Amino acid sequence: MEKYNNEQRMNRQMMLDKLFRNVTRMFAFLVLALLVGILISLVIGALPSIKAFGWQFFMTSDWDPVSQKFGALVPIYGTLATSLIALLIGVPVSFGIALFLTELCPTWLKRPLGIAVELLAGIPSIIYGMWGLFVFAPLFADHVQPMLIDNLGELPLIGFLFQGAPMGIGIFTAGLILAIMIIPFIASVMRDVFEVVPTLLKESAYGLGSTTWEVVRYVVLPYTKTGVVGGIMLGLGRALGETMAVTFVIGNSSNFATGLFEPGNSIASSLANEFAEASGELYLSSLIQLGLILFFITFVVLACSKMLLLRLKKQEGKAS
Amino acid sequence: MNDRTHIPAAIPSSSAESPGQTGRFAMDPSIYRRRRLVNAFNMGASMMAMVFGLFWLFWILWTLIDQGLGGLSLDVFSRSTPPPGSVGGLANAIYGSLLMTLFGTLIGTPIGILAGVYLAEFGQRGWLAPATRFINDILLSAPSIVIGLFIYEMYVVSVGHFSGWAGALALSILVIPVVVRTTENMLRLVPGSLREAAAALGAPQWKVTLYVTLRSAKAGVLTGILLAVARISGETAPLLFTALNNQFWNSNMNQPMANLPIVIFQFAMSPYADWHTLAWAGSLLITFSVLALNIIARWMGSQKTQSH
Repeated sequence: MEKYNNEQRMNRQMMLDKLFRNVTRMFAFLVLALLVGILISLVIGALPSIKAFGWQFFMTSDWDPVSQKFGALVPIYGTLATSLIALLIGVPVSFGIALFLTELCPTWLKRPLGIAVELLAGIPSIIYGMWGLFVFAPLFADHVQPMLIDNLGELPLIGFLFQGAPMGIGIFTAGLILAIMIIPFIASVMRDVFEVVPTLLKESAYGLGSTTWEVVRYVVLPYTKTGVVGGIMLGLGRALGETMAVTFVIGNSSNFATGLFEPGNSIASSLANEFAEASGELYLSSLIQLGLILFFITFVVLACSKMLLLRLKKQEGKAS
Repeated sequence: MNDRTHIPAAIPSSSAESPGQTGRFAMDPSIYRRRRLVNAFNMGASMMAMVFGLFWLFWILWTLIDQGLGGLSLDVFSRSTPPPGSVGGLANAIYGSLLMTLFGTLIGTPIGILAGVYLAEFGQRGWLAPATRFINDILLSAPSIVIGLFIYEMYVVSVGHFSGWAGALALSILVIPVVVRTTENMLRLVPGSLREAAAALGAPQWKVTLYVTLRSAKAGVLTGILLAVARISGETAPLLFTALNNQFWNSNMNQPMANLPIVIFQFAMSPYADWHTLAWAGSLLITFSVLALNIIARWMGSQKTQSH
């Protein structure tokens, strides 16, 4: 009797084990299914617009809810342009911060400064937007923009970039604010990968008489280049999808403009501004298609970033 | 070391000659000076970058204190959002935000923890674990407005109206990847001998995981949950077309619900000065609670790693 009882108990526990394993597996699978679900639901929602416009959707810049004509050129251009500006400003600064935190900073300052930079990532994006619109844009329009327009607007090839009225808001301001927002992400990845460089390598270079800059340039950077690119891609992924900050300062104009100081529109800001009030199937579905395009671009960028970072990790595993 | 042997040669003045030597190996002072100069310039630029980063942080925080402190009063916490021109507060928005954050966390956390347990405890073999890890990291940075679109398509359209539940669902999807990531990392820090000791005493695996492994990683998992709460409490984009907004006090999760971020958005975009004041007060509240959560979470995280 006793023996039988034990066996029964054992079987029960084995079953519970199996159940536990399968339940956790189901939830892991759920995470996977979430992404597929997002993709499928967006495709289904975008179908009417895909059918109606086809490839033309990517090539026209009309955005006219009244006559039901929609083209995504302006938001796509706005998204790419603001993200590019964000990278141009954000990457050198992030590199500088990572360099400072790993090579120059006294140990006792490392943690507080690291946390301070990461707090920049903690500030909600709507706050960036409000601050950009009410504090930064007026200052920029009064003091910096007129100077830039006067001095650079006349230049031959790049002059057209700097023409326009000094309104403070526009594509450049959106890009600058995005830069501030992605600095913490890029800087923290760069700092982490800089820290995995074996001390032996760095000390060897110092021993040969290298300056700090030479160590970073010829030892640290070559060793971590995949990780650095991965970090930059992560920042790009963040910048592409950022919504509220951009919505406040980009100007929300659906006219095509190439100037940096002109108002524009990004995919995310179009969605934020128009979706809740959009009526009509085609209008809604065009907006959903915009969302699908955004999701697709960020997916590709983030997947590349992740693969580069994984490759660095593997290489590191081999070296040690 | 293989591909790094070329480094000394790449440095402009190969340092084979040490500074002390004279004669044939005398150092060229101009090259030396240039290297020093380049170094000093770049290190200076790096310091400037650090200052540049901190400059924005403090400017934004200062703006919030400067503009928001004046608008903070008891009314903010006790009255609902006013029509332009009359006295009011943000009570309904604060309540709505708390409620949706609470439910978003309650829905997302168990899913995240269980998925994280699978990745850490059973994820050594098979295709599911690496794939989930990869996708999870992408979801972590996926644009939150697209998550809003997803919930709109899945829930709002089928129910037929905007609601607090839709907002909570959208937030829960943002919680999941954060919790999965930290849970997995924290469980991996638990030494294997602990699991083996429990197993040797005859404990079945589910008991080992729930009562030994997960319990000893408690602080770390809690850090992850706090970070997730910090992340969702400032999110605006996913609520725009899920929870929408509500001008009145509402505790029915099936109705459109006011929440701080969207009220700030609406008030800031309006032309009314008194709405602006309230928007700044709300921004101050939201930012400092999010930053406080972040700092607490990090502090807890560092306590945890130090004790190991």
